[in-house]
Amino acid sequence: MNERYQVSVSPHVRDNITTQKIMLAVIIALMPSCIFGIINFGLHALLILVITPAAAVISEYAYEKLLHKKVTVGDLSALLTGLLLGMNMPPEIAWWIPVLGAVFAIVVIKQLYGGLGSNFMNPALGARCFLIIAFSGQMTTYTSNGGFINKVWDVPATTDALSQATPLAYLKLGEHFDLTSLFLGNVGGVIGETSALCLLIGGLFLVFIKVIEIRIPAVYIGTFAVLTVITAAIRGYNDPFIFMLEELCAGGLMLGAWFMATDYVTSPITPKAQYVYALLLGVLTWIFRLIGKSAEGVSYAIIFMNCLVPLIENYTKPLAFGIVKEKKSDKGKEGEKA
Amino acid sequence: MSLKKDTPLERIVNGIYTENPVFCLILGMCPTLATTTSALNGVGMGLSTTIILTMAELIISLIRKIIPDRMRMPAYIVVIASFVTIVDFLMEGFTPGLYKSLGIYIPLIVVNCIIMGRAEAYAGKMKPVSAFFDGLGMGFGFTIALFLLGSVREIIGAGTWFGMKVTPASYVPVNIFVLAPGAFLVLGFLVAIMNKLKIGAGRRVGVDPALGNMCGDCANCMKLGLCSGREACDAVKEAVPSDNAVTASTTPADKKEGV
Repeated sequence: MNERYQVSVSPHVRDNITTQKIMLAVIIALMPSCIFGIINFGLHALLILVITPAAAVISEYAYEKLLHKKVTVGDLSALLTGLLLGMNMPPEIAWWIPVLGAVFAIVVIKQLYGGLGSNFMNPALGARCFLIIAFSGQMTTYTSNGGFINKVWDVPATTDALSQATPLAYLKLGEHFDLTSLFLGNVGGVIGETSALCLLIGGLFLVFIKVIEIRIPAVYIGTFAVLTVITAAIRGYNDPFIFMLEELCAGGLMLGAWFMATDYVTSPITPKAQYVYALLLGVLTWIFRLIGKSAEGVSYAIIFMNCLVPLIENYTKPLAFGIVKEKKSDKGKEGEKA
Repeated sequence: MSLKKDTPLERIVNGIYTENPVFCLILGMCPTLATTTSALNGVGMGLSTTIILTMAELIISLIRKIIPDRMRMPAYIVVIASFVTIVDFLMEGFTPGLYKSLGIYIPLIVVNCIIMGRAEAYAGKMKPVSAFFDGLGMGFGFTIALFLLGSVREIIGAGTWFGMKVTPASYVPVNIFVLAPGAFLVLGFLVAIMNKLKIGAGRRVGVDPALGNMCGDCANCMKLGLCSGREACDAVKEAVPSDNAVTASTTPADKKEGV
């Protein structure tokens, strides 16, 4: 009889989804791009994609062991951070740079702020920006000793670009790039960003199994696309739409929008805040890429917005169920009561 | 530490270790972060601040009784600015290289919050000898902190130390440590190490048998939360009256509370 009146605190509806399963899903979603990166850039890319996650996992384990904390390597979040960081490395980079980046991502950006769930910035992107500032030369040298696809496919003459600059740098100079190879990924760049197709498959897979909502990537990419078309039209480019598609497929936009801007820890919780967040991401990326001097701006845009998330959430706080919105005059007082 | 309060040695130990202006009080962050791109710049900045701090504290302490209370801030600034001007001209004349690399940060010593803070909190209330050694201690503490910060940043970020190559030829300098983000990173780590040392020392040496780990000097304490805090401290003090309860450097308001 008594048991019937026992009341427990929320949450009452439970799901059997765990952090580990979510992380595993994201890792699976990243696999097409990883495999494509290895095919595209060769064995050195494979080495980078193996040692970076390994370094991330080892540094998380070592940190938690040394500080007598609960070891959380099993939730796979460190593995995912390492994988994302590895995908953000130029294909021929010296092995110790991504290792250093992985240690920085896990120890400084993630663990020093309290571990998974407490970091204010995406660890992989934070480490990438750290490395770009620290080793700007090595981090922007996109040489490729030639992967598999370069040799099999009859690639256009633009492939010479592979040893010098990313497609984005070419677009910046006002040159056109073959849209098909941009979409498929047979171009220069960091290991995991080149194939828009593979990233799209991975991203849509995550949306389909409901690990991420389509909100953030859709609004982000949409905002950026609209702004790019308008800019291209104003500047009088031949085909604004082609230019827009090239900008979408080139560089880190797809990787950033689907896999990094949607990071649970560093993106807003409520839908309204997510719209604001994604909209501003699009605007910032547009500013960095098309107004600013540099060719790429996705990583800076995302870590910048990561820092603004608490502010956005503060201004878009949803009303609790059943509470009527007060008039402006007595909003302050009522808000405190609520 | 069981040194007698306000003696010269105690003041110097206090400035360097117990209340190090950079690592414990987290004061003077602008010159700390901006000028420590190399060990030499750090030491140069630290020593010039030390001279100004020591002399300013001495003079302020000497004239503390004739400065009207309401006019003390302008009076302090006049004293400090005089010494900054002297040091500024001396450095321009004798160390032009260092003067050039420190740039605007030499004139900015006028508004350095360590100097203002010590003038307000210590020199304006204490006898000249104590004030002089307080300035010396704080200045040495500041210099040592800037030297450590500058050394770490220069060695990691440029591979050199005081301009000499100290790393193997194959070492790739991590440029970010010479830039602004590196200053924040290194400072954070040094403060963490310092805290770790202090907590360890506190555990080993019981400060006061009556108060245990608590020093009773909560008004000047910058590590609230590391000990059991003010309330626990007061509770012990009520039970066991101790001379430590009222320390020389507490503010008048705190004295009333204590008595």
